[in-house]
Amino acid sequence: MARLEVSELNFYFGFTQILNEISFELNKNEIVSIVGPSGGGKTTLLKLCGGLLDVTEGTIANSFKSSAFAFQDARLLPWKTTIENIMLPIVSKYGYKEAYSMACDMALKFGLEEKDFEKYPKDLSGGMRQRVNFARALVTKPELLFLDEPFSALDIGLKRELQDFVLQNSISEGMAVLFITHDIMEAIRLSDRILLLKSDPGEVIKTYEIAQPKSLRDDEFVFEQTRKFLNDKDILEIFEIKAR
Amino acid sequence: MRMLLKIIKDFPWFLWSGWGSIASILLFLALWDVGNHIYGDLVLPAPKAVFSEIYRLFSTPEFLVDLELTVERGLLGFAVSLAIGTILGLVGGRFITASVMSRPIVTILVGIPPIAWIVLAMIWFGFGDMTVMFTVVVASFPIVFVGALQGSRTIEGELSDMMDSFHLSFWQKTRDLYFPHLFSYLFPSWVSALGMSWKIVIMAELLSSNDGIGASLAVARSQLETSTALALVSVMIGVLLFVEYIVLEPIKKEVESWRD
Repeated sequence: MARLEVSELNFYFGFTQILNEISFELNKNEIVSIVGPSGGGKTTLLKLCGGLLDVTEGTIANSFKSSAFAFQDARLLPWKTTIENIMLPIVSKYGYKEAYSMACDMALKFGLEEKDFEKYPKDLSGGMRQRVNFARALVTKPELLFLDEPFSALDIGLKRELQDFVLQNSISEGMAVLFITHDIMEAIRLSDRILLLKSDPGEVIKTYEIAQPKSLRDDEFVFEQTRKFLNDKDILEIFEIKAR
Repeated sequence: MRMLLKIIKDFPWFLWSGWGSIASILLFLALWDVGNHIYGDLVLPAPKAVFSEIYRLFSTPEFLVDLELTVERGLLGFAVSLAIGTILGLVGGRFITASVMSRPIVTILVGIPPIAWIVLAMIWFGFGDMTVMFTVVVASFPIVFVGALQGSRTIEGELSDMMDSFHLSFWQKTRDLYFPHLFSYLFPSWVSALGMSWKIVIMAELLSSNDGIGASLAVARSQLETSTALALVSVMIGVLLFVEYIVLEPIKKEVESWRD
């Protein structure tokens, strides 16, 4: 079965150690969140897993056939229209016409309207840009999706909508998701497993399994769990929350 | 190709949007005519006299030869500075040392007035083609160079990462990221370098050549033919306006429609 397996991963920028002895695995159908404070090497870890940085110590074995990224800032090409941006990763594989219609379908699925198709990113709102960002990632039908805090700047309605898309895709297509966030509630809602990453250097200090099936997690459950997490000694410590 | 068709399709609309500019040009001509009434024909000939002089110029073969020569020199000088400036700028931008070192040199080059270059070029190359073209190249090269340098310095790592995350080929990265980004810096610098070349070529001809529009202007000055001088100036401006507004502006509008 396809899986991503990270073992004993160390990473340095110059003499500064960024990541220390990171080990975890991610299987098909699973969503794994990495939660930790900002600047704790989360993005570096994601880049290493996605092959954007070279592994120097330890191993990352990735047997998923395809992967895609959705970034925190949408990173759209400013000189391409909505549809051209979405079709960017597939245009050379399927040809212009086919890629265009696939991109249109995906755009509609993500709540973009036809009048937005020929707009440039400068004319889109932040929320719409993020929809394009997700559509671009999912149009490739990836087996593995990397999410780098893509929900953090969105309003709660859109946040919920896009999270549901990811969840649906994961359940129906078996897509695996490696999800980076500093929002515990988000992580509880989406993940099978949560890795708690402390910073300086980045190190996994705890792994939480959430047994409740993802489709059965209602708000009640999420709030209850979040409350529990916020009483956890390790979480209080790494986020430097003062206990009241 | 799609872009070219769109440029052609939008062209009539673009022309239609030019009424405001035409009105302001007509207003300028009216003021000019007032000036003629105040100062007389010797100082400021009437617009009508100048326009009939332009018509006469275009029917004399010598003038057409001169015009062609000037355009040729200007374009050749521009082409050379465009090629050198673009290549050196792009390469320079890839190396921090090169871009840091080139900064003061470019400042010096931009700071030297073109007239000083003409004097030096006349000493080095004597009268003629070489002096004119050298001055054009030296004056417009830094503009292109700085544009290219900034373009290649500012290629965004984030967008590049994004392209890499989808495992796109180098060819697609070049076509969809590098080229549009660089072009957005290069194109405006090419346009201003072209304007610069055209002005410099005439100045250089006026001082250091026996032929071309600039030289004709020198002759008109020495014979106090004000209307001929003004006609020549009008032709120069006409060429510049034609190239900038009729040829380049529609292209610019289309290729930069994604900008704020």
